[in-house]
Amino acid sequence: MVRATYTPLLARLGTGGTIFLAVLIAAAIAVPILNQAVPVTSAFHVPTYLVSLFGKYLCFALLALSVDLIWGYCGILSLGHGAFFALGGYAMGMHLMREIGDRGVYGNPVLPDFMVFLDWAELPWYWYGFDNFAFAILMVALVPGTLAFVFGWLAFRSRVTGVYFSIMTQAMTFALLLAFFRNDMGFGGNNGLTDFKDVLGFDLQASGTRVGLYVASAIALGFGFLLSRYLVTSRLGRVLVAVRDAESRTRFLGYRVEYYKLFVFVLSAVLAGIAGALYVPQVGIINPGEFSPANSIEIVIWVAVGGRGTLYGAVLGAILVNYAKSYFTGALPDLWLFVLGGLFIFVTIFMPKGVVGAVTALKDKVKPVAPRPATQGASSG
Amino acid sequence: MKSIPRMVGGLGVAAGLLTAGWSVNGALADDQTIKIGVLHSLSGTMAISETTLKDTVLMMVDDLNANGGLLGKQVEAIVVDPASDWPLFAEKARELIEKEQVAAVFGCWTSVSRKSVLPVFEELNGLLFYPVQYEGEESSRNVFYTGAAPNQQAIPAVEYLMSEDGGAAERWVLLGTDYVYPRTTNKILRAFLNSKGVSDDDIMESYTPFGHSDWQTIVSDVKAFASEGKQTAVVSTINGDANVPFYKELGNQGISAEDIPVVAFSVGEEELSGLDTAPLVGHLAAWNYFMSVDTEENDAFIEAWQTYIGSEDRVVNDPMEAHFIGFQMWAQAVRQAGSTNVDAVRQAMYGQNVRSLSGYDVTMNTNHHLSKPVMIGEIQDDGQFDIVWQTDGVVVGDAWSDFIPESSKLTADWTFPWVCGNCEQPIFVSTN
Amino acid sequence: MHLFARVALVAVALWLATAANAEAIEDMVQALGAKESAEKIAAIDALASSGDERALGILQAMLDRRLFRVKADDRVVFADKSDGGYQLTDPLTGEALGEVGRRDVKKVSVNNKLRGKLRGTIGGMTLLSPEAEARAAAADAVFKTPNAAILPILDQAIEAETDASVRDRLERARAAVQIETSKESAVRQAAVETLAQFTDPDVRTLVASLLVASDDGFVEADDAVRAAATETLATIDAGIARWTLIGNLFQGLSLGSVLLLAAIGLAITFGVMGVINMAHGEMVMLGAYTTFVVQEIFRNHFPGGFDYSLAVAIPAAFVIVGAIGIAIERGIIRFLYGRPLETLLATWGLSLILQQAVRTIFGPTNREVGNPEWMTGAIELAGGVALTYNRIWIIVFALVVFAGLMILLARTPLGLQMRAVTQNRAMASAMGIRTGTIDALTFGLGCGIAGMAGVALSQIDNVGPNLGQGYIVDSFMVVVFGGVGNLWGTLLGATTLGVVNKFLEPYAGAVLGKILVLVAIILFIQKRPRGLFALKGRAVEN
Repeated sequence: MVRATYTPLLARLGTGGTIFLAVLIAAAIAVPILNQAVPVTSAFHVPTYLVSLFGKYLCFALLALSVDLIWGYCGILSLGHGAFFALGGYAMGMHLMREIGDRGVYGNPVLPDFMVFLDWAELPWYWYGFDNFAFAILMVALVPGTLAFVFGWLAFRSRVTGVYFSIMTQAMTFALLLAFFRNDMGFGGNNGLTDFKDVLGFDLQASGTRVGLYVASAIALGFGFLLSRYLVTSRLGRVLVAVRDAESRTRFLGYRVEYYKLFVFVLSAVLAGIAGALYVPQVGIINPGEFSPANSIEIVIWVAVGGRGTLYGAVLGAILVNYAKSYFTGALPDLWLFVLGGLFIFVTIFMPKGVVGAVTALKDKVKPVAPRPATQGASSG
Repeated sequence: MKSIPRMVGGLGVAAGLLTAGWSVNGALADDQTIKIGVLHSLSGTMAISETTLKDTVLMMVDDLNANGGLLGKQVEAIVVDPASDWPLFAEKARELIEKEQVAAVFGCWTSVSRKSVLPVFEELNGLLFYPVQYEGEESSRNVFYTGAAPNQQAIPAVEYLMSEDGGAAERWVLLGTDYVYPRTTNKILRAFLNSKGVSDDDIMESYTPFGHSDWQTIVSDVKAFASEGKQTAVVSTINGDANVPFYKELGNQGISAEDIPVVAFSVGEEELSGLDTAPLVGHLAAWNYFMSVDTEENDAFIEAWQTYIGSEDRVVNDPMEAHFIGFQMWAQAVRQAGSTNVDAVRQAMYGQNVRSLSGYDVTMNTNHHLSKPVMIGEIQDDGQFDIVWQTDGVVVGDAWSDFIPESSKLTADWTFPWVCGNCEQPIFVSTN
Repeated sequence: MHLFARVALVAVALWLATAANAEAIEDMVQALGAKESAEKIAAIDALASSGDERALGILQAMLDRRLFRVKADDRVVFADKSDGGYQLTDPLTGEALGEVGRRDVKKVSVNNKLRGKLRGTIGGMTLLSPEAEARAAAADAVFKTPNAAILPILDQAIEAETDASVRDRLERARAAVQIETSKESAVRQAAVETLAQFTDPDVRTLVASLLVASDDGFVEADDAVRAAATETLATIDAGIARWTLIGNLFQGLSLGSVLLLAAIGLAITFGVMGVINMAHGEMVMLGAYTTFVVQEIFRNHFPGGFDYSLAVAIPAAFVIVGAIGIAIERGIIRFLYGRPLETLLATWGLSLILQQAVRTIFGPTNREVGNPEWMTGAIELAGGVALTYNRIWIIVFALVVFAGLMILLARTPLGLQMRAVTQNRAMASAMGIRTGTIDALTFGLGCGIAGMAGVALSQIDNVGPNLGQGYIVDSFMVVVFGGVGNLWGTLLGATTLGVVNKFLEPYAGAVLGKILVLVAIILFIQKRPRGLFALKGRAVEN
């Protein structure tokens, strides 16, 4: 579509991007070593539960990245991105379910426990193939991608924009939430899929597997970041920003706006699906709660807290908010909602460009430099 | 670009501090206290039911400490908020066991939260006391189920409604929220009813989503189903919040308990406290405990609870009693074992005996379920239940229902020679 | 039992009552406290036919749960709650027996079966009551517990009855008694035919019960009666089907009115002002809690005026929640104009805080909000269709609120200024309108209306910290479906969604019905990307 002019990788990353990648690589190497090689008694030992926790944060970070890609650069505010995340998670969960084999409670070699229990005679057709890992991985990308394609094709073609689009994505995830709650759907109803044993023959409860999943999440996040960064610095990326800032004008200039939007929306959905697939084996459960509209809103909030339109800001926001949640639900169980809610209000009013924006502004104040290229659009969505 | 290494260093230090913040807490474990975890949602949709259970545990901990604590140490409750978020339950469970090193955890309400933490407890060999009636079909080595299994609640209730005193019902409506507990309970009940000669034509099953608030259509359907000439009864496994609008609609559409009695398994004193119960008089609930039981122990507990919480209006319900039983048993088992070591305590739990608030001697069985009494109460206009039927003795909780073909052959027993939560044959394992 | 026999029995009873039978009555009362319900039933029958004028009061007391057994000597007494325990009275002499502790007495338990028996028996004794309402209730009680002994009194009551609707009910009761107890086929057949004029489910149950197969043929052995029953059943079913349609429509409108109430405040804060107000649900919740507080005050200070509590709660909720709304606008929202998406973030944080604040102040459990007398019960239409009063009032209330809002916006200076500011802020400011004040007032208005919606919703839903969460997604859906910025769209959108949902529900079930509605909305928006009523002109682009 658009021929990218060659630019050195480091230049494309920018300062923030380089720092981010460096930290990510450091964390991906350091945490496994601190967990596996450092003795438990040492102060530097990272316990396995922290490895899993960090792995979970990285999955959320990738999810936030996928939202920032469409919201920050193309002005598409999706309040239903949790749906793609959950679908990717379910695809992985179905594979893990099949991996259990006859080690389930009722010892049925084909049917998962909840199906035995609800008198399903045979495996429904949409479960076929998930015993194969490669097929499951394909589905992790294909299912969210297809849904995004169909939804996006309908919406962008008829120019559903702004809040209308946002609320429709809410309707989509809400409808999926209700659908997956139904036990008749064959996805385990409210309990979802759980009680996983192993993945590719590795015991999910072993600390080695957990470290492996953590590293995989870090790699996925790194590649997701590089890909997104490449995209937004290419000419395609500039068209996306144009769509964000002045959609009609871009259209009048001859660009088929809906194709650009559709492309980036589908890509973002696939990234979200991959994040979901990595998330499930680490937390050990996937259930319809992931589809809840509130979850999807929270993702947008991570991005806003970190700083919209910077990619690494989204990652920072996801980790920050989730760390705060992990910490305060333990430290201040009765008050944490006040803290978290207050944080959101504070960030909105006093840091309109998120934490990254505030840091940049501080730096600019200390050492005035030329204004950065616009990362914040005035578009309403 | 010069500043990059410095910034990387700074971020690295920050990340290190972040990590240290987590682990240092754990390292500071105080040997002078015994820690227990309280894993109940204090926010989100389940806070409405679970917050009370957190307060119950805290009250009992206070009481235990006031009476000298345990093994000469004070007991400290670590409260966390899993926020009705199921994956967060697993994360918090891990935090409690691995970081806080708690001796036992009292927590969970919904089945999905229990399923979510189960692998964590089994991996780290923790101990969970689960206080809510549930669907059965589970017996983990690391969980003690102090709520009712289906045979301690659902089946006696249906038997009562089939009896002359209960109105001799012949036609059944099984209403439930669409999740695993109602599905399983209704599956068991259908098999049970079929075994009693009720044909499938006389059974209507209907499921609604969580928090369903518009019951007009379903109540009309029930009315229509009931007008086929046979005495009809409704068995409700509707979950928590959805009950209030359901009962309001029943009352307003003029369905009285004499016409179509509704027996509920998830409606207790707490659910009724948000409701004017005058139109509901006579509808039933089946539990192992009602606040209205007439015993000294119960009076004392109610008084202690209302003093602790500072309100005369607060009620006591069945899951609170289950926590009471669980907590007393755990304390006894720790004393007996002389240690909080999970394996030792688990061994000491078997056969542990506690006088329940309802005045029965309740025992922990080797399948990790209790032997408890079963009671059926009718709702009164003051929001309390009038007990109209109760078992003479206690009923042994059955982990694997005899009415589900796949599970009828399974047995749970964690003592030699079974040492298994779901086996068909005894397993001889010495390492357990 | 024949009339003669009954009269004779009463006479004998009266004669005996003079001396020796004082003891018998005492035994009967004592037997009411028996353990087995069969014994209690026998005692109720004995007491009813004793002819003693105190029997009615005693049975009524038993139904009202005032009958207790003293644990020490097993004596059956009346007991009324007092401060420390119970105040006892002798059921027969009315003599005060002093006060005892709470645990010294035990209530005589009355289960559903006994309650039905008691109602039927008391009904039989009050068929000739001077109150038409009591007679109607008595007739219904008799209908449910048919008893041959009552037939002569029923005949007498029908003879004397002047009120047509009560007479209908009495005849319905007589037919039921005849069907259940008469030995003559012709009488039963006639009774079944009489019932064809009633189309309520209770009658259907009775008639259908004749057609139930039993071990040896049918419950009703007589072919002629069964044939009549089949015919009657067909008539009843035809009637019920017609009424069900009306019932569905009512349920749809009722759901629509709830959606309208929930969404209408959002139609202002989101639709008119463009604030993505995620705390809207919490405004509704605060309105519901205001109702709770108002009712608590009434309960404690003016228990007699409880029925008027809602009349106080509605303006109170409007003012209180409106004031909170103004505070939110001044404190948070006004810094965010021109950044609508950021309002989403801030109001989301606010909603978390408000939920937790309510949980801290009022506790995590649901609070009891009572229905006033005029909102309980239902208009019973034929065919078992019940139009419940609370839902009727909510429909009326939703329409009144909507009309009031339209008038405010279209006909008052304030409304004019609000429209001016939202349409063209700069121009409005240039005309001398204080836009800041108007913004605050508009936001306050939207929140105040949400608060009033909370008062209405407290009548049909839980009053708990999660109340608002249940409505937020639906509210946004209604506003967007109707067309952002158009109040008529909100009205039409809410009604359409309500009715469609209710007509789908019987076929698809509650969950699938809702999913279908959501998918339909998504597809509809593809067709009309700006909702039912799209704003035209340049405003669209902003």
